[in-house]
Amino acid sequence: MTTKVIPLLDAAILRQAALDAVVKLWPAKLVRNPVMFVTAIVALLVTMLLLRDLATGRGGLLFAGQLAAWLWFTVLFANFAEAIAEGRGKAHADALRATRSETRAKLLSSSDDDKWESKAADLLVVGDIVLVEAGDIVPADGEVIEGIASVNESAVTGESAPVIRESGGDRSAVTGGTTVISDWIKVRVTAEPGSSFLDRMIALVEGAQRQKTPNELALSILLSGMTLIFLIAVVTLWGLAGYSGTVLSVTVLAALLVTLIPTTIGGLLSAIGIAGMDRLIRFNVIATSGRAVEAAGDVDTLLLDKTGTITYGNRLAAAFIPVPGKTDRDVAEAALLSSLADETPEGRSIVALAMGQFGQAEPNAGHLGATFIPFSAQTRISGIDLGGRSIRKGAVDAILKSTGTTIESTFAAFRDAVESISRSGGTPLAVADGQTLIGVIHLKDVVKPGIKERFAALRAMGIKTVMVTGDNPVTAAAIASEAGVDDYIAEATPQDKLAYIKAEQAKGRLIAMCGDGTNDAPALAQADVGVAMQTGTQAAREAGNMVDLDSNPTKLIEVTEIGKQLLMTRGSLTTFSIANDVAKYFAIIPALFLATYPELGALNVMRLETPESAILSAVIFNALVIIALIPLALKGISYRPIGAAALLRRNLLVYGLGGLVAPFVGIKIIDIVVTTLRLA
Amino acid sequence: MLNHLRPALVLLALFTMLTGVVYPLAMTGLAQVMQPSAANGSILMRGHVAVGSALIGQSFTSDRYFRPRPSAAGQNGYDAASSSGSNLGPISKKLIERVEGDVAALRRAGASVVPADAVTASASGLDPHISAAFAALQVTRVAAARNLPETRVRALVQALTKRPMLGLIGEPRLNVLELNLALDAGLPGGAG
Amino acid sequence: MTIFGWLQIAVVLGAVLLCAWPLGLYMARVFSGEKTPISPLVRPIERAFYAASGIRPEKEQSWLSYTLAMLTFNALGFLILYVLLRLQGNLPLNPQGFSGVAPDLAFNTAMSFVTNTNWQAYGGETTMSHLVQMAGLAVQNFLSAATGIALAIAVTRAFARSSAQTLGNFWVDMTRATLYVLLPLSVLLAIAFVLSGMPQTLAGSVEATTLEGAKQTIALGPVASQEAIKQLGTNGGGFFNANAAHPFENPNAWTNMLSIWSMLLISTALTFTFGRMVGDGHQGVALLIAMYTLLIAATGVVYWAETSGNRLLTQAGVEATAGNMEGKEVRFGQALSALYVVATTALSCGAVNTMHDSLTPLGGLVPMFMIQLGEILPGGVGSGLYGMIVVAILTVFIAGLMVGRTPEYLGKKIEAREMKLAILALLVLPMAILGFSAISAMMPKALESLANAGPHGLSEILYAFSSAAGNNGSAFAGLNANTPWYNTTLGLSMLLGRFAYVVPVMALAGAVAAKKKVPASGGTFPTDSGLFVGLLIGVILILGGLQYFPALALGPIVEHVLMHAGKTF
Repeated sequence: MTTKVIPLLDAAILRQAALDAVVKLWPAKLVRNPVMFVTAIVALLVTMLLLRDLATGRGGLLFAGQLAAWLWFTVLFANFAEAIAEGRGKAHADALRATRSETRAKLLSSSDDDKWESKAADLLVVGDIVLVEAGDIVPADGEVIEGIASVNESAVTGESAPVIRESGGDRSAVTGGTTVISDWIKVRVTAEPGSSFLDRMIALVEGAQRQKTPNELALSILLSGMTLIFLIAVVTLWGLAGYSGTVLSVTVLAALLVTLIPTTIGGLLSAIGIAGMDRLIRFNVIATSGRAVEAAGDVDTLLLDKTGTITYGNRLAAAFIPVPGKTDRDVAEAALLSSLADETPEGRSIVALAMGQFGQAEPNAGHLGATFIPFSAQTRISGIDLGGRSIRKGAVDAILKSTGTTIESTFAAFRDAVESISRSGGTPLAVADGQTLIGVIHLKDVVKPGIKERFAALRAMGIKTVMVTGDNPVTAAAIASEAGVDDYIAEATPQDKLAYIKAEQAKGRLIAMCGDGTNDAPALAQADVGVAMQTGTQAAREAGNMVDLDSNPTKLIEVTEIGKQLLMTRGSLTTFSIANDVAKYFAIIPALFLATYPELGALNVMRLETPESAILSAVIFNALVIIALIPLALKGISYRPIGAAALLRRNLLVYGLGGLVAPFVGIKIIDIVVTTLRLA
Repeated sequence: MLNHLRPALVLLALFTMLTGVVYPLAMTGLAQVMQPSAANGSILMRGHVAVGSALIGQSFTSDRYFRPRPSAAGQNGYDAASSSGSNLGPISKKLIERVEGDVAALRRAGASVVPADAVTASASGLDPHISAAFAALQVTRVAAARNLPETRVRALVQALTKRPMLGLIGEPRLNVLELNLALDAGLPGGAG
Repeated sequence: MTIFGWLQIAVVLGAVLLCAWPLGLYMARVFSGEKTPISPLVRPIERAFYAASGIRPEKEQSWLSYTLAMLTFNALGFLILYVLLRLQGNLPLNPQGFSGVAPDLAFNTAMSFVTNTNWQAYGGETTMSHLVQMAGLAVQNFLSAATGIALAIAVTRAFARSSAQTLGNFWVDMTRATLYVLLPLSVLLAIAFVLSGMPQTLAGSVEATTLEGAKQTIALGPVASQEAIKQLGTNGGGFFNANAAHPFENPNAWTNMLSIWSMLLISTALTFTFGRMVGDGHQGVALLIAMYTLLIAATGVVYWAETSGNRLLTQAGVEATAGNMEGKEVRFGQALSALYVVATTALSCGAVNTMHDSLTPLGGLVPMFMIQLGEILPGGVGSGLYGMIVVAILTVFIAGLMVGRTPEYLGKKIEAREMKLAILALLVLPMAILGFSAISAMMPKALESLANAGPHGLSEILYAFSSAAGNNGSAFAGLNANTPWYNTTLGLSMLLGRFAYVVPVMALAGAVAAKKKVPASGGTFPTDSGLFVGLLIGVILILGGLQYFPALALGPIVEHVLMHAGKTF
């Protein structure tokens, strides 16, 4: 499902959506959308009047009939838009379901028992213990209580490299739909298959549980208010027209009303929301509420773990600094030898640096009859004894002690090097050969390439980045400045994180963070947008309101963009919808009063042919524009981190000015068509 | 709401005293001391008779006087106890007919150009002023009625034309009552 | 239009801005309870007022309590004024022996003065006793203005504070508005008016004998003191029927400029107060620029329309250069008449130095539209500011969405509740204006009041309800509004326009005050930028235009095209 991109207009989805559009005419469903509800009532009214006229044999049936039809089309087009969005969401969901519905579970009667019975995965309940062996699909979300296994999570993450899942610790959570590829685990089911993350996501796009998000609600209120205002304007127009002896028919007033009320945005509003969720899914992020998606667009502060997100997570050798009388080649050689048996990432990075940068050949230590001295916490030293040489590397004070000197009595250059490394947030490792000090290795946290640019982009979006690290403040500050984050929390404990989030929230900021460990859960729950890593613990995943199936912390940035895109699409289409009304007035008002005041024809700037063609054209334009904008509603307006003012200027130009001009052109064209076809 | 009743009542009473009684009376006292003439309506006296207010227009129908603008104040115009404009809209038949009538009358009297203020009713119906153009239009008639050389009347009009303050504030205009008082007082033939 | 005309307009508006700035900062001090230069003088009076009425000035009120206090005060003011009007025949200080005012007119008048509308369906000099004029009407000139200022300050506090439960104390704000702002300014202005030739006397009238021997009764009174507060408080209720066109209310070009200056002063200054109190002066200036851009543009339209004149009169042989002079005074000139027309309607003042009924169609459309835009440019004292804030919230909502964030104004998130209350407030005006106009347009009885036939008649009705609901008070005065139907419906319109509008706005303020103030970031849409000002102007125009275009099309717009087609009614 993660790689499958459903085309914007898929034939099967369109067919289903066309059917659904009619089903959605059911009043109980329609009433959720006030603008469309009013449109439907007006359409019904016009239809009833049409039927009355049919019965009494009055004239003008062609005109009234077309009006009624187009009013219904307006409602149907809006339903259609919503149905397409739902259809696309469902298509994604069905792909997921397919993998799960055939799953059988091996249900154990108790955790000690090894006998199992086969049960359909859908029938599992929370607390059931299941056995999952190599080749089995994990039947439900749960926690490993016994055993260790490598699991292929590509079904939900798209990442084919297997991950280790074991009982206890931070890697105990498994997700329904993933496959165990080696060994076995016993899993306690922690979520009803019916309420697991996948199901929650499916429910969100399917609409059964879809609720209006706060901003969607506020916008709906605005749209309802505008609908009311236009209702007042149109109903009173009947009385005001009566003053000059003009009797306006209900049919034309209905047409005027429907063209004025914000049907464009009203019709596309829910489609925009669903499409937003859908876009998130395509980024392999599952949101557990629509509210979280919206909140993501508002995020002011991002809390990012240093390790794994900003840096590679391990200290790597960056430089060799010799003491006077030695060359850096000497340091490289000694460092290489002392690290040959060191399988830690630091050790490997020293080897890599020595061989890569200084061209040291890999000595075959085994052949030399070397003795490796492993690292011990007591001595804080490791090294190698080789042909009479005893090469050691380790913490600076420990090495100095072993060479029988102190930091005060040793070379000034050495002292300076150690100090400057510490100051820059790195770790100095001293290297000695017997009693001779050779030099110092600079270990440092290496910032991932490109991360600085991403933070700059975030800053342009108005988002502050905060690095969370267990490092001491000096180290943290150095890495923070190298990575270009705005702030950092050093020596961070889970409590510190929570306190920081609360403090920021007290200042009115919205915080997003990602986390994976159990101890992240309180902070994840406190944050406004908490993205839990799929690889994380069940506790973390329950606490967050989004789950990133790729477990990629930098994805927060995309999540934020999707949130912004969602709001922007709503705002732009609202502006477009309102701007459209200007042209509609110029089409309809002169048409309404042509008989009483022919002079008002001066307002007919589009030179529409007849009053009937003018009104009909405006109504047709109003209906068609919904269809025309469905792709935009589904794709969303592209977000660029160019700052709020520039963004607004651009959207205002396109959707404000465009909204003003487009209907003048559109209505004129439709009028030409309508008159050519002699429809009015 | 009940706990708000006392402050509401007391403050209303206090402010009634302060703004409804003390303030206007104090201002009246001050005005009567500082600027008694203006404070009492800028009334113009001829001998012991009040002939009107320098600020308020009055009706003139005789050929011997400069005439003011048409007035809609009161039944016959220039009723200083019942100020009012005509309140006729721009495409009112009544307005157009009235103006057409006035234009025709002025044309009959020899006017070639009819200044706007000559045929339009002022906002208050008490406009004391006319434009220099309207005054110029009337010079011949007034001079003839008073047996005066036109040049003298024209000179008077010139002299009494008020220019804008600092060349900016106000419009060039003549106070009709002032002009007519000057005619009566300063130029021979006034008695005839 | 002439350069000189525009120069006059520039001088007046420049003087307003120059004086409004220090006044605005002064008001910020006053309403923050800080010491001011006149404190030594006023403080004791203020304290005495609180002591007498049992007010504890340091005790702040929630939005609800604040609103209830305001409503109680105004309801009581209305009641007392109503009773005074009804009983004036039996009360002292009634030398002319006027009888009690009819119930419908008493309702209309009391509502009119309490709501700061000052719509006058009666002729002042022929209806009201001295007692009513002074103790009833003049007092409400002060108190309705003070109420407006207090409400604006409360709404301002909502945006200035973070997570606050209270908005200030209504009694304190109202008292300070009167004692520190309105009364001192009125005294200064009244003196300036007197020095410029305006009458101020207790005498009723002077009998004069005209040069032609006719009797002329010249009505007089304490004009200057009334005129001062009428302009400063954007009340607009004239001493005389012709209002500020009357030579006593506005004797010369100088008083005319002073009048325009004084009516614009406080509303303009409040934008500076707003900026100072929310801690960002640019925010107030942004609102101000939007207001003045529209104000100046509107003035330009009226100035142009009026100097272009009435085509029908030109055809009748009237010289065209002076423009349309029907309903205008010679001494003011076209430029300052145009500015007055626009200022008084953009302000909810309603004083007139020109008869709006006789403006050219487009010249008359503008003032009507200014009222319909909600009296926010810069609007009545106080009411203009909070009205503008409601529109700013709406603007921010749409703009905020377009930059991809939950919209926020001055650090306050605009969410469903705020939107609901803003919409509730915004619905009031169209409902009252269009609703009552449409009913009146269909009622033969209501149509009997019209002075003009054709589309202009409809304009008279539309203007009346716009003026009442917008709490303006000016009129297309040909309409005879002193009938039970108009007195009642116009009175109701005023009631709705003032209180049905402000209650949701105060609830909105309460909701906003309780919110945390979110610090601005690079993703926040800046509400002090030129872009925001432009957008705000766009929203004001489009929103107003969409609501009223059909109605205006049947009134002034069709009248304009008919004028060019040479049709009369």
